[in-house]
Amino acid sequence: MTGVAIVAKGLTRRFGGFTAVDAVTFDVRAGEVFGFLGANGAGKTTAIRILTGLLAPSSGAASVAGFDVYREREAIKRSIGYMSQRFSLYNDLTVRENIRLYGTIYGLSASVIRARTDNLLERLRLGESGSKRVGTLPLGWKQKLAFSVALLHQPRIVFLDEPTGGVDPVTRRQFWELIYGAAGQGTTVFVTTHYMDEAEYCDRLGIMVAGRLDALGTPHELKERFGAGSMDEVFLRLARSGAPAGAAA
Amino acid sequence: MSAPAVVAESVTRRFADVVALDDVSFDVRAGELFGFVGPDGGGKTTLFRILVTLLLADSGRASVLGLDVARDLWAIRRKVGYMPGRFSLYPDLSVEENLQFFASVFGTTVEAGMPTIAPIYDQLAPFATRRAGALSGGMKQKLALSCALVHHPEILFLDEPTTGVDAVSRREFWDLLADLRGRGLTIVVSTPYMDEAGRCDRVALIQRGRLLGVDEPAAVARSFSGAVLEVRSRERYRALLALRAFEHTDTVHLFGEWLHYTDRRAGNGIAADVVAHLRTNGIVADVTPIAPTIEDTFIQRMGAPEAA
Repeated sequence: MTGVAIVAKGLTRRFGGFTAVDAVTFDVRAGEVFGFLGANGAGKTTAIRILTGLLAPSSGAASVAGFDVYREREAIKRSIGYMSQRFSLYNDLTVRENIRLYGTIYGLSASVIRARTDNLLERLRLGESGSKRVGTLPLGWKQKLAFSVALLHQPRIVFLDEPTGGVDPVTRRQFWELIYGAAGQGTTVFVTTHYMDEAEYCDRLGIMVAGRLDALGTPHELKERFGAGSMDEVFLRLARSGAPAGAAA
Repeated sequence: MSAPAVVAESVTRRFADVVALDDVSFDVRAGELFGFVGPDGGGKTTLFRILVTLLLADSGRASVLGLDVARDLWAIRRKVGYMPGRFSLYPDLSVEENLQFFASVFGTTVEAGMPTIAPIYDQLAPFATRRAGALSGGMKQKLALSCALVHHPEILFLDEPTTGVDAVSRREFWDLLADLRGRGLTIVVSTPYMDEAGRCDRVALIQRGRLLGVDEPAAVARSFSGAVLEVRSRERYRALLALRAFEHTDTVHLFGEWLHYTDRRAGNGIAADVVAHLRTNGIVADVTPIAPTIEDTFIQRMGAPEAA
């Protein structure tokens, strides 16, 4: 896949008198690992809900995988994968049952699901655990599995909302290697994180401050532009410059 | 030196066949800011619940402020402030109503608690009538901290107060803790973020119910056995894969902008050898020895991640 995976131009979303996303313009290239950062309440979640077809914008334009966020939201949902720390898999279903459920939801045939299940379990080295209930797996495994399930229907873009929260430092790194693996196959990865070392793992970053996209660039560029030694410092300077106290988006 | 604020001796707790805490022993000095650092499922919450008398250990002993956690629970409860990991305020009550509620539960008033909570509450005051559920993540944490402090406790237990909180709010929260510590409060706090360990007087690394070490943050980092090389390459992922295939590699990990590498061998010339190996794979890299971080030590001591 070549070209552009996500385009946003002047994307805006208001809730009553509050502008949660304020004229945001950026693009994400196909196959890129794009990090989307911002303080709590800066508008990240609202922007992600628009880009995943769950919420219509108030004004501006955006397309995801070539589909329009106003008119083609169902097509967007079919073209993307999504995982978050909060909603991932069903704890009371087994590993295989979860995979089959998501495969069926995405309209894959039984034979395709079976083949991809075997492949997925082998890649994750979960072959022995296929019939275990997901609730019994350690958190890091759940998250690795949830990521692979989000890719089951081979979406062009996958959205990851804080995928590694609370995960041990080694498993967190294994998770990022899965991300690199998917990006290497051409999948575009759109990821949020509160770990600033993970911000460094992204090809490019967009940083939201009070509804606006105040910085866009590679980690290296952003550090140079802000004369900062780390992404932590860049983030701190940006967020301190414009964040309103108190209100959630 | 005054008596320790917390003493734990061989505390063990199982849930069915899971050993949540495995023979855990440590002490917290009075006035100390003491951190438990480790991933979810490590046993931090179980340990905190035992120390604040909400859960009994299967074996071992623990005391808080000289009081036994199993026998003296009512005396302990009056003296500790506890902020659980899950948001535990009433979302439908306003900021000030939540505070009034927690003050009244402890038989005191918000006014009496104000000297203690003022530095935190001042930031919340503009939102006094807002529903707690409508606050941002960072503000919720500050309200929860105010509620845990309103009865003027002698020791504070904060279970993952910064989980899911953005990097700026996290830093502000730690600034508040440093201020409270400066006023003499003993604070026991847990976090999954390794970068927060440096804000503590001492840290305990905890993983799968076991303590991997207890010491000052700098000493934990220094206790890394062996040498860490930082590998700086524009082609980080390719370099990682090339080093995985290198016969002398012990460990290689993504670490922020660069890679951290350890070699099976000891001695000089290793950095140059790594550079040469990468060059034969067509990768340009700088390789230099660096001081290990707490996260390096944690990774070294934690062993292999849990099997599925």
